[in-house]
Amino acid sequence: MNDEVIIAEELTKVFNKSLVAVDHISFRVKSGEIFGFLGPNGAGKTTTISMLITVLRPTEGTASVLGYDIVRQANDVRKVIGVVPQEYTADEDLTGYENIMLCADLYGIPREIAKKRALELLEMVELTQFKDKRVETYSGGMRRRLELACGLINRPKVLFLDEPTLGLDVQTRTATWNYIHKLKEEYGMTIFMTTHYLEEADALCDRIAIIDKGRIVSIGTPRELKDSLGGDIITISIKESVDVSELIRGVAHVKDVKKENGSYRIKAEFGEVTAPLIIEALRKGGYTVTRLSLTEPTLNEVYLEYTGRTLRDSEESKEAIRMQRMILRRARGG
Amino acid sequence: MSETNNCSPSLLRGLWALTVRELKKWLKDPVMVLMLVLQPLIWMGLLGKSMNLNAIFSINSFSYLEMPDIYIPGSLLKPPVSGTLVIPGSLIAQQLQQMFSDVGARIMQASFGVTDYFSYMAVGMVSMIVVMTTMFTGFSIVWDRRLGFLNKIISTPVSRAAIIFSKILNATLRAVFQATVILALAYLLGLQLSPKFTPFNLLGIYAAIFLVSVGLSSIFIAFSLRTTRMERPMQIINLIMMPLMFASNIFFPISLMPDWMQAVAKVNPLSYLTDAVRELTILPPDGSVLMLDFAYLGIFAVILSAIGIVLSWKYLTK
Repeated sequence: MNDEVIIAEELTKVFNKSLVAVDHISFRVKSGEIFGFLGPNGAGKTTTISMLITVLRPTEGTASVLGYDIVRQANDVRKVIGVVPQEYTADEDLTGYENIMLCADLYGIPREIAKKRALELLEMVELTQFKDKRVETYSGGMRRRLELACGLINRPKVLFLDEPTLGLDVQTRTATWNYIHKLKEEYGMTIFMTTHYLEEADALCDRIAIIDKGRIVSIGTPRELKDSLGGDIITISIKESVDVSELIRGVAHVKDVKKENGSYRIKAEFGEVTAPLIIEALRKGGYTVTRLSLTEPTLNEVYLEYTGRTLRDSEESKEAIRMQRMILRRARGG
Repeated sequence: MSETNNCSPSLLRGLWALTVRELKKWLKDPVMVLMLVLQPLIWMGLLGKSMNLNAIFSINSFSYLEMPDIYIPGSLLKPPVSGTLVIPGSLIAQQLQQMFSDVGARIMQASFGVTDYFSYMAVGMVSMIVVMTTMFTGFSIVWDRRLGFLNKIISTPVSRAAIIFSKILNATLRAVFQATVILALAYLLGLQLSPKFTPFNLLGIYAAIFLVSVGLSSIFIAFSLRTTRMERPMQIINLIMMPLMFASNIFFPISLMPDWMQAVAKVNPLSYLTDAVRELTILPPDGSVLMLDFAYLGIFAVILSAIGIVLSWKYLTK
């Protein structure tokens, strides 16, 4: 009972009676784990998180956080969670310290305790020397850290991170990951996060749910997800424009062959051994192999497997992402 | 490190925190304060000083009046005398001017309540600043929503009422402050206070401003919360500002307006606000008129804030 911190059952959100953002998803998050929602923009990640943090009311289905129903006991949920939204919500006109204290006030934390905690948190996210500077002057990474600190002021048992490294450069992103790791170790929190960065999900999450078009298409540890592909991926191209899928399928250890964009994506056990066998078979058939690559499965492969496209494909320009978010937010009425 | 706070923030704590945030933001942006004051100041300086109605009716407007001397033959007088009676033209002009001035002052007094138009409309500018300030403050919630701040505070256990009331309170505090600035400026520019004015009257003025601000800001916040387009609240402000101002007694007495306009002006809360502020500044206060003004403003505030708060509440707890 206490082992499952978040329980979602058939959670659904429909906007304007027609736009299905989240489509009957169910999942359970265990105590102390980092659970990640991985999917492209517009997959329904933020909508899901918004329902869990009681900002949006589900159209259908239920969910509970630490046993509190997100609709009927919304206020109890709010007390035990911390939220780090994907936007920079800290007030630019206030200083970092003022922002944290504002959050403390919103949680009703006694002033004395709040002051101590605020300084502690600022120390942890290495903002102590900037605490009396207006947030206006902060860099993206600093703002992100300040948001993290704000989300922790009430010592939440469950922390929600919505795209924690969106728009950050690689270095800052890695630094943020370190903070999140540290958080988990120091406070033993359960963390629910969304991301559309594969590396992030791989580096941080204990378990991942791959979400696409409002549905969870697969769920498991990164290892499990990769293993579920059933082996390595061999990609091969031949000179001739003939379909040789059947021929390849006949080779030992080959489990699956997909032809896409003129090359063959082959799933096979023991890739290192199988690849030469395939080349051999093709040469015997009179075909010329022009290109071959062998990869151990990554989350990208997993993602491709379950959604039929790579995350890279669905990653658009920054402007397009912003537009899409705008449209979604409008639909959400937020 | 695992102790958690299960304490719920009190309504007052949340209200205080959110209001202080707004006030801090406000004080850190003095330009905005200045800009808002500037507009009524320009109106007051240009319109109030140029539409100098009392000057039309005053001696000055007849200073060029030249009357010929009047010769009356002594035989026409009763009883007839010999010779000719000469009434100097300048004397007649003087008499006419005096009469005209008296009549003019009475006309001003009868229609405006005071003999000085500048004082009349300068007080009206208090209403203008109150409307502008409350609306622009209501507008700020659109930004809070856009920037994600609103969603963040919704996800905290802070009372929903605190979220709404902090905005209303903020609008009211700003309106009171700006109105004080306007009154002070008007006084410097020549506003003539009634001899019966006492600093206590300010409390009455603030009460009237409070009622209007609460009503207007609640409804405007509810509207801003629900609008899907950022530009909408701005358009609304632009659209209703002029009619609200001109179909009221801010610039001109209601009794001299055409009937249809009177009908509008008589439900316009700004008429009552302006009237109350006039009673408390430039006019000798009339208890029964003030009672009526405050009663109307009270009802206005209760109805609008009830609607506004219910709508906002629904949005925040949807």
